[in-house]
Amino acid sequence: MIEIKNLKKSFGGKQILKSVTFSIKEGGVTTVIGGSGTGKSTLIKCIIRLLEPDGGQILFDGKDITHIKDELALAQLRRSFGYLFQEGALFDSLTVGENVAFGLKYLTDTPAADYPKIVKEKLALVGLKDIENMRPAELSGGMKKRVSLARVLAINPKLILYDEPTSGLDPIMSEIINELISGLKRKLGVTSVVITHDMKSAFEISDTMVMLHDGRAELVAPAGEFKNTDNPYARQFIEGSSRGPIRMEITN
Amino acid sequence: MFKEIGRFILTFLKQLGQASQMVSSCAFWLARAPLEFRQTMIQTTRVGVDSIAVAALTSLFTGMVLALQAGTTMRNILSEPLYIGTLVGFSLVRELGPVLTAFVITGRAGAAVTAEIGTMKVTEQIDALYTLGTNPARYLVIPRIIAFMIAIPVLTLFANVSGMLGGLMVSAHGLGVSPTVYINDIKTYIGTGDLMHGFIKSAFFAFMIAVVCCCKGLNTRGGAEGVGKATTAAVVISMVLILVADYFLTAILASLGI
Ligand SMILES: Nc1ncnc2c1ncn2[C@@H]1O[C@H](COP(=O)(O)OP(=O)(O)OP(=O)(O)O)[C@@H](O)[C@H]1O
Ligand SMILES: [Mg+2]
Repeated sequence: MIEIKNLKKSFGGKQILKSVTFSIKEGGVTTVIGGSGTGKSTLIKCIIRLLEPDGGQILFDGKDITHIKDELALAQLRRSFGYLFQEGALFDSLTVGENVAFGLKYLTDTPAADYPKIVKEKLALVGLKDIENMRPAELSGGMKKRVSLARVLAINPKLILYDEPTSGLDPIMSEIINELISGLKRKLGVTSVVITHDMKSAFEISDTMVMLHDGRAELVAPAGEFKNTDNPYARQFIEGSSRGPIRMEITN
Repeated sequence: MFKEIGRFILTFLKQLGQASQMVSSCAFWLARAPLEFRQTMIQTTRVGVDSIAVAALTSLFTGMVLALQAGTTMRNILSEPLYIGTLVGFSLVRELGPVLTAFVITGRAGAAVTAEIGTMKVTEQIDALYTLGTNPARYLVIPRIIAFMIAIPVLTLFANVSGMLGGLMVSAHGLGVSPTVYINDIKTYIGTGDLMHGFIKSAFFAFMIAVVCCCKGLNTRGGAEGVGKATTAAVVISMVLILVADYFLTAILASLGI
């Protein structure tokens, strides 16, 4: 469904993505793991074209979307995705209910009278209720994350990019979100790309796993294979060890 | 020295580029998508209501000081306070009403716009607009440009009236000019051309403030500190541009006989 070839992206002379290559299969869950600051968020922002890559190629259903500039074509492309922001990115001038209903007006033909029902239903999916009239500023971090997820789910996307959907959630809530992601795949055939730091969740929900390291896709493998890999970078990451080829730059 | 001038010109050109890109994006979406009517209404009332008291107060005192200055000058030259209404009215309607109101609104509403949009930018809310089927031009900028272009000329009108009232109070109580004479001086010498002159200017200022403040907000980077910097820059740039544009607009309008 999506082919990423030799993708490059720098910020101010610092090359973050050097040459990333992998593909995302329709109807599957692809998990992206990698150290903090390796460019995972940058990568999925390139896919939905919130960022323009510096080089390489992204093919979406065979169509090259790497350098689309036309605003209408970009808007059309972004319609195909749901995107969960790492920090939630809720509109703080609107209530929770208005936030969750926001995309319905622009991306669906749902009559406005049905919004409250959909909002309630999607909030329930992420374990929240009776908070429609609250403001994002009044919510806890984990609640914001879930409201943001409800906002994505409201528009029923066929492809969802999740930037750390379970970070900041308690283990039980994390499990519920993991089941939700798997459920969407099973019941509706939704394709997902999930960034996560939680290896347990990753093995549980992934079909394919991608490990980013030093601007490249160091290892791309089916979840089962990934678990038993002897790639030293991936091993270190899976085991969460401070000893290994990946060196964090820490100075005293 | 040359390096600094060069850098200044580069920054200026870059920002001009950003602004024109934003404006053309607005034109693009204005033609292709329905107007965000609710947002426009909210913004218009916010700009208007926010600034009406301070705009009226500013020009009340401006009218008062104009009357006082005109009165003293006229007394010195003609030994009588003549044409106070005309002088106060002219200065307000053609010049000070539009400029001072634009200043006041830049400080109140313009700064708020940059801070709000800048915060949205650094917390990825602008990106979120794109992912939810709309875009900042359509959802944020167009409503604000329209709101400013409605609210500022209307506020200017209020400011003019309040300034002339201030002038009237000072001339009646401080200079001994009767209100009838004062009002007559205004009515006889100030025509629709003068009103038009002020109106065109204030509409133009409104457009400029909205564009500068939205553009600065959308190009904010670097967290809370960045928002602060963007807001200060937006206010300063708007005020300088108002004064520069005021001169050129006056020259152009005068050459057209308005
Ligand atoms: N807009 C930007 N401007 C400049 N640098 C940026 C920008 N966005 C990201 N970066 C830099 O790119 C690098 C990768 O950022 P990114 O957010 O993609 O990391 P990440 O893998 O998602 O990390 P985390 O797991 O902590 O979320 C970081 O070093 C960051 O400083
Ligand atoms: Mg990230």
